[in-house]
Amino acid sequence: MPFNLLVLACLAYVVFLFCVAFWVERRAYAGRFGWLRSPLVYTLSLSIYCTAWTFYGAVGYAARSGMEFLTIYLGPTLVFIGWWWVLRKLVRIGRKHRVTSIADLISSRFGKSNALGVVVTLMAVVATTPYIALQLQSVVLSFGVFSNAADSLDAGQTAIWVAGGLAVFTIIFGTRNLDAQEQHHGIVTAIAVEAVVKLVALLAVGIFVVWGLAGGVGAMLDRIDASELSAWTMQPGRWTGLIFLSAAAVICLPRMFQVMVVENADEGHLATASWAFPAYVLAMSLFIVPIAVIGLERLPDHANPDMFVLTLPLHEGQNALAMLAFLGGFSSATSMVIIEAIALSTMVSNHILVPGWLRLRPQAAVADDLRGVVLNARRLSIAAVMAMGYGYYQLSGGSAALASIGLIAFAGVAQFLPAMVGGIFWRGATKAGAMAGLLIGFVTWAYALFLPSFGPDAVLSASLLAEGPWGVTWLRPQALFGVAGMDPLIHAIFWSLMLNGTAFFVISVLTFPSPVERLQGAAFVNVFDEGSGAPRRWSRGEAEPEELLVMAQRILGDEEAQVLFESEARGQGKTQSLLPDPTPEFISTLEQRLAGSVGAATAHAMISQLVGGAAVSVGDLMALASESAERAEHSAQLEAQRAELARTAGALREVNEKLTRLSVQKDAFLSQISHELRTPMTSIRAFSEILAEGDLPPEMVARNGRIIHEETKRLTRLLDDLLDLSVLENGKVTLSLTLSNLRDMIDRAIQASEQVKPEREVVFRRDLMRENIFLRTDADRLTQVFINLISNARKYCEAEFPEIRINLRMRGGRVIIDVIDNGRGIPKDAQSTIFEKFTRLPEEGRAKGAGLGLAICREITENLGGTIAYLPGQGGAAFRLILPLRLDLGAQGQGG
Amino acid sequence: MRRPRRPLFLARLPYRRRRLRDAARLLPVFGGFLFILPVLWAPAAEPGAEAGARLLSSDVVYFFGVWAGLVAVSAAFAPGLATTQDEEEED
Repeated sequence: MPFNLLVLACLAYVVFLFCVAFWVERRAYAGRFGWLRSPLVYTLSLSIYCTAWTFYGAVGYAARSGMEFLTIYLGPTLVFIGWWWVLRKLVRIGRKHRVTSIADLISSRFGKSNALGVVVTLMAVVATTPYIALQLQSVVLSFGVFSNAADSLDAGQTAIWVAGGLAVFTIIFGTRNLDAQEQHHGIVTAIAVEAVVKLVALLAVGIFVVWGLAGGVGAMLDRIDASELSAWTMQPGRWTGLIFLSAAAVICLPRMFQVMVVENADEGHLATASWAFPAYVLAMSLFIVPIAVIGLERLPDHANPDMFVLTLPLHEGQNALAMLAFLGGFSSATSMVIIEAIALSTMVSNHILVPGWLRLRPQAAVADDLRGVVLNARRLSIAAVMAMGYGYYQLSGGSAALASIGLIAFAGVAQFLPAMVGGIFWRGATKAGAMAGLLIGFVTWAYALFLPSFGPDAVLSASLLAEGPWGVTWLRPQALFGVAGMDPLIHAIFWSLMLNGTAFFVISVLTFPSPVERLQGAAFVNVFDEGSGAPRRWSRGEAEPEELLVMAQRILGDEEAQVLFESEARGQGKTQSLLPDPTPEFISTLEQRLAGSVGAATAHAMISQLVGGAAVSVGDLMALASESAERAEHSAQLEAQRAELARTAGALREVNEKLTRLSVQKDAFLSQISHELRTPMTSIRAFSEILAEGDLPPEMVARNGRIIHEETKRLTRLLDDLLDLSVLENGKVTLSLTLSNLRDMIDRAIQASEQVKPEREVVFRRDLMRENIFLRTDADRLTQVFINLISNARKYCEAEFPEIRINLRMRGGRVIIDVIDNGRGIPKDAQSTIFEKFTRLPEEGRAKGAGLGLAICREITENLGGTIAYLPGQGGAAFRLILPLRLDLGAQGQGG
Repeated sequence: MRRPRRPLFLARLPYRRRRLRDAARLLPVFGGFLFILPVLWAPAAEPGAEAGARLLSSDVVYFFGVWAGLVAVSAAFAPGLATTQDEEEED
């Protein structure tokens, strides 16, 4: 195939990508996002995980180490299907705190410390620059495959063209604007297109291999078993370690963080990506083994297995397919380089260049056009990252040493894992701990893995590798602390992460975080508590709103800054002014917006310059905590009060009902009592008038006199009862306590009540044995109670054969006496009032009595230290009397 | 005490969603187990070894089968998990 055609196709493809990115940027600028923000685009953009190293290298990896290449995909698969654990929280934090990069996340979490940001940035640059070089190498190699016979191709020249072209593309679309959330729709869409191209390319080659060369699935499986790959044996340590490593890397790689968190347009997309991304990498790796097997089978022995994806179609004369595969590999390399460059340049400019600029010119924060400074810093960083990648490629000479750099880079970025995951799940993590962990992990990684990877005598001398520094054998880079015989990669991962995590934990536990750290820690760890909202980071705003506006305009742009200030002013209730009051809330909001452009640490530094170091103190934190605690307590108190009010209201309602009923009864009684008093008075008056007239036969006089006497007796009895009751109620009664036999008292009561309805024959059922006890009480009063109860029973029991039962029980120094008849009992609604004065049952009106009997009974029993109550459910009217066996006058002090 | 009180018992639908989240949390644990399980298997057959030993092709089929299964289960979970974004969150 003509080499020029290849270059032409390549250029056409690049132009096509330019057009896509340009068109999408136009659409996004016009606000028409549509499918640009679909879960599909999000998932496809995540595919930058599959770089040229995986596109070409996976086949080579499989040819050399069998199934081990799968680990690189299995780790991310586990992370994504377990998105509910970590990814969801990362994305939520990233969106809520406008995180711009992984360095920004870590620096922001640990108190907006720029020092941490710088460390993370440098680590990321060191770990991933070789990776960029690897991509350049793969492009150069793939060009070389096509050009081997035709032209003499200068590898270095190709690399510089590719690097330069990518830098231009990235600068044009990656630094068009200082977007509030660092989102680059054009680039993301171009990446998504490239993702489709590389998937289609690899699938096409795979399908050609399986169905075109091997002759179907069954035949393919047979060939797999027959190939040299089946000599592969699984090494448990490497297998498990690599799955863990790739799982860590997919979270920690700067480019993955960029597309996964920073470019995320909608958290819901993560749900789709959780299965779609594993499906994508599944499809990407499905044909790796067949391609490797057939490649080993058909291609000459000296062929580079890394290039099988290209050389196999070429060998079989499928030039179009080879071209597609070439474009796939080109896509893999370019998309990775572009995003990595954006991610790294954001970190470098936000954490190194801009803070440095501000330190050199402190007045720049308000005076200069910072937007230009930041954008230029970013352009410079992109160019620098590309140049470093190219330089590294040149230095390493495109050697095989590069091939292993993929996993080494993974191990390098995995050092972010403890600080990052610890930071978002553990509030106790501190800045010092994170710093210690990162540094120790990084140094261990460099010493045990990165530097030795250049080979003996390249950076570390061969003697140092073999014997350790100064002959200290337990410090040998590849056998630290005497752990020899481990795979060097696994050895380095093990020790670096072990020491990293331990230092992170121990130093965190030992140190005390600053207030801002604690605020940020709480905000990150509790990101799902909606209530916590944006924490107050400033105790008191002393800044001039105008100065703040000037600064915001310098960073956000005039229009956006003014819109923000105006909406905040409206939120504060100002209708005229454009400038809001510099309240702590407003300053925090502003800081968060600025952080979206220049990173949390820089934004914090700039704001604190204007606000004058009024950052929150430990005291403010405590006040904040106690404020919310007070609020919670207050609402709990309100709740308790409300419940109590409800209870009181219920009780009041009950009492009110009772009072109303009593009032009605009292009215009824008053008319009754006047009637009762009036009847004897009328007859007394009438008969005394007759007597006064004289001239009456003596027997008539005697009869009238007797009537008058009877009527006065009735009146007296009525008045006696009333008097008695009022004496009892006032507690002024004097009791004469004696030791008396209960049976005697009941006997007397039965006798005394015989005159009530003497015509009725009443059967008494008693337990004479039990009744034979002595009570220390006022016998006359108690007898009166029995008389009243038994008389009532005689009076109102309507049974044909009336019967009165008297039951008796002893319980704990008290005697319980039930007086039960076999009548109809007392209706339920009247039970609560029968002991009140003047109460009479409705149908009882015809009967004699003033309704005082039971009221007197109650007053007497209370004076005797006991209780009397109606006992429902006994088949008739039943009263339960509970009395103390021995009445102690001192104990009945309450009788009032 | 900062945390708002949460109901002790839930209606049927929120209850189902909670359990779905539990399942989603456990899925990677099962996945990890299945992916690491082959470590415990007997070593794969040497070429030309007697029948009955493990074959590379069956390893391939095993891994991709498990993988596809995980993708399918996770795809089945995703819609239910995505709809709960806006309601109250736990942990």
